[in-house]
Amino acid sequence: MSKLLETMRQSRESILQDWLTRLKSAVQRRDLISERDLVSQASEMVATLVDVPPGTTFEDFNSPAWQPLKAMLASLSVSRAMAGFTPSETAIFVLSLKPSLFGTARQQRGSDAEELYSDLLTINEFVDRLALHTTDSYIHGRDQVIVRQQEEMLELSTPVVTLWDGIVALPLIGTLDSARTQVVMESLLEAIVQTNSRFAIIDITGVPTVDTLVAQHLLKTITAARLMGAECILSGIRPQIAQTIVHLGINLQDVTTKSRLADAFRLALERSGRKVVRTENAVDRNAATQRGQ
Amino acid sequence: MERIPILRMGNYLLVTIQVDMHDKLALTLQDDLTNRISEVNAKGVLIDISSLEIVDSFIGRTLANIASMARILDAETVVVGMQPAVAITLVELGMSLPGIRTALNVESGMEFLRQTVMAYEGSDDAIGDSRED
Repeated sequence: MSKLLETMRQSRESILQDWLTRLKSAVQRRDLISERDLVSQASEMVATLVDVPPGTTFEDFNSPAWQPLKAMLASLSVSRAMAGFTPSETAIFVLSLKPSLFGTARQQRGSDAEELYSDLLTINEFVDRLALHTTDSYIHGRDQVIVRQQEEMLELSTPVVTLWDGIVALPLIGTLDSARTQVVMESLLEAIVQTNSRFAIIDITGVPTVDTLVAQHLLKTITAARLMGAECILSGIRPQIAQTIVHLGINLQDVTTKSRLADAFRLALERSGRKVVRTENAVDRNAATQRGQ
Repeated sequence: MERIPILRMGNYLLVTIQVDMHDKLALTLQDDLTNRISEVNAKGVLIDISSLEIVDSFIGRTLANIASMARILDAETVVVGMQPAVAITLVELGMSLPGIRTALNVESGMEFLRQTVMAYEGSDDAIGDSRED
């Protein structure tokens, strides 16, 4: 079958031209890739395809001779995944090479139907494998993107804000999983030590769902804070979540809960012996604006 | 033998744990502290564990025991300055130590002790007075 490869090597120019015509007519996202890049990628791939050591066959897909081609396709599909191509668009890039290779086989075999048929089968299987390899690499590239994003999300996760001297708040946003809760717990406890805070308000307004695991994590955080000598107040429990908590049988009896962050803040102020009062000045300023109107 | 020093400050006993606690040391502390409480008739015990970086379940339980024993001996116990890592470890071990009073640092711990003991002594004096009458 290396004879077939030999023919291809000789007619590489015509294969490339034929393929490029197909590539341009097929749906190829011009907005994501320039024509020059497409041409350079295609010619690189044809070159890698035909310039294999002598004796390499299409049947032996796992032979090391095909390694450069696979590596090239892998990096190509990863870069396409980053650029925003769909998997099928990436696969079509490889699959559209098939008819061009078929053409070469036809030229060589002429009217010998039996030989031509076996050649076509071989080429077909080979290109299909290439396309599958491309798709695998594409998915791998996407996975890497997802993993990176997860890590980034974990890092940006949770700021601990100081509301007042000795009062910190932790506004939780997004789903809580074990890894994230660990980060949250540690950053809150560190903040309690650093700011010397006696009160910590955990606001879960931004937490979409609370299941037993999340509740358990919250309780752990609250207990750990208590062990360190700080008191935790839980706020922002939405009606839906309150129902879930009760239905799940989670015991929040020992935890102070408030519906709004403002109420929790007021409670923390009260317990630390402070009080918010309206001053005369503010009333005056209000009156002044009203007069101005 | 290695011992953890117990300082007396008026009605209060101060314990600062600055070495790694091992089981025997914890038991010695438990002995010494209970003896000392009854000896000086202490009203409050403050245990500073801010330098303690490693805590296992035995040490945790011993701390809880000391607090319970002190309460029986009529002294309030407050544990101060627990490190975040230690707190997380204890919680993960399932020891929430419900009987122990905690505070962020020695200062707020002493403030807490003063308040509790003062309130207690106030009522004690009142009873004493009524008896004298």
